[in-house]
Amino acid sequence: MASRFKEALNSGKFVITTEVAPPKGTNLEKMFHHIDLLKDKVDGMNVTDHQSSVMRFPSVGGCLAIKEQGGEPIMQMTCRDRNRMALEADLLFAYTRGIQNVLCLTGDAVPVGDHKEAKGVFDLDSLQLLKTIRQMEAGQDLGGNNLDGAVEFCAGAIVTPEAQPIEPQLIKFEKKVEAGAEFFQTQAIYDLENFSRFMDYARPFKTKILAGIVLLSSARMAKYMTENVPGIFVPQELIDELSQAPKEEMLAKGIEIAGRTIATLKKESICDGVHIMAIGREEVVPDILAAAGL
Amino acid sequence: MKSITRQKSPEDIEQGLNGFDKVFIIGCGTCTTMTKTGGIDQVAEMKDYLGELGKRVTGTTVIPTACDDMTAEALKENEKGISGADCILSMSCALGVHRMNLYLDKPIIPALDTLFIAVEDSPGYFREACAQCGQCVLGETAGICPITACHKGLINGPCGGTNDGKCEVDKEKDCAWTLIYQKLKEQNRLDLMRKYQPPRNHHIILKPRAMRF
Repeated sequence: MASRFKEALNSGKFVITTEVAPPKGTNLEKMFHHIDLLKDKVDGMNVTDHQSSVMRFPSVGGCLAIKEQGGEPIMQMTCRDRNRMALEADLLFAYTRGIQNVLCLTGDAVPVGDHKEAKGVFDLDSLQLLKTIRQMEAGQDLGGNNLDGAVEFCAGAIVTPEAQPIEPQLIKFEKKVEAGAEFFQTQAIYDLENFSRFMDYARPFKTKILAGIVLLSSARMAKYMTENVPGIFVPQELIDELSQAPKEEMLAKGIEIAGRTIATLKKESICDGVHIMAIGREEVVPDILAAAGL
Repeated sequence: MKSITRQKSPEDIEQGLNGFDKVFIIGCGTCTTMTKTGGIDQVAEMKDYLGELGKRVTGTTVIPTACDDMTAEALKENEKGISGADCILSMSCALGVHRMNLYLDKPIIPALDTLFIAVEDSPGYFREACAQCGQCVLGETAGICPITACHKGLINGPCGGTNDGKCEVDKEKDCAWTLIYQKLKEQNRLDLMRKYQPPRNHHIILKPRAMRF
């Protein structure tokens, strides 16, 4: 049976996903609060997998919490911390517990996170993980053995439309499509002209593209992101717009910008939907949706 | 090809020599001489340092190439100093320690950490070029090794952490896949980047690896 998220993707509607970050510890209160707040407003909720290589409560645990609350989880799965056997085993477990959507990522490098001396695994990469899922759906593991009970997932991946140079990223994007990526969540996009050009390129491929919307909570954050985060470009006009807002209204301005971007993407049918990342401010996602007129 | 080493901290060396009063120091005339981590001058400095620690240095030598079989001869020539010592402090790389260990019964304490095997790209600049994975892909990656030059060892193209040709772990490091892309493009062979590379075999030769010719 197709997942609710997959049905949304195939329905032709403008799909909205967001994400929750599991806690560093066993206090799940805040995560449950965010799940409750967002589960009925979106088509799927990503749970990050030790985002930025910072150790946290596991993605699969967050996904189960979403299931318990009646939401639709999208399990982020990176290749940084598990070899192929552990990834396959977690896919088997996730499937049996009703998790039907997986986002395949290579994963950030270990040294950017908070366990700098840990071993980075990278036994597989994002592309090989996608292929692994398709192979397991056909009833076989990576050792070539038959599975007693297969899996079925809606599997996706990521793409960075603002990467420089762009061509190596596009080649990998096409490899991911060929490997069976049913949807893509993009890295944060702010320049709609650039993104529209990317969509002109991506549109003919048989997959769905959800534009990454990262909330800009201050001018400082916007400046930091454009200067330091790989593949993110924030146009100067947006930084100026944020810096002109009084300090106590900067967040509201960021929400307005995110909402405006989403509304334009939807109105002009630029892409198939959005993936909203509020990064620690999940409680304002309903405000972003309201600002977008959704 | 050079074995790249770095001297351990004075505290670590002191800790390693804990319980040994008489020490014989052995340097190497090849890689650690060139990297100034275990040549004649560094061995002399080490002798002074051990003196400060109150150790008795029974002798020192710098073996021409500590990892080769001539080492047996060099150790014999220094038999007197070595036999009077409680341990050997090695200022060769770990390959030299292994060689000495074939001939000596005494404890051998490394004063250096062995970091990687390198090629000298330009005078004084040493870079790891091969991880000896046993499945060479250089023919498909324009002679640039993604296993070694990409922080994550990715073989299917760049990750999302690449930025203007640099790597997310260090803005000074080149993104291997940007280099591969540029060179394949020059060679008009970009189609190679489109090829799916399956998961690697990490047991081409079972560890510990050895082969007889």
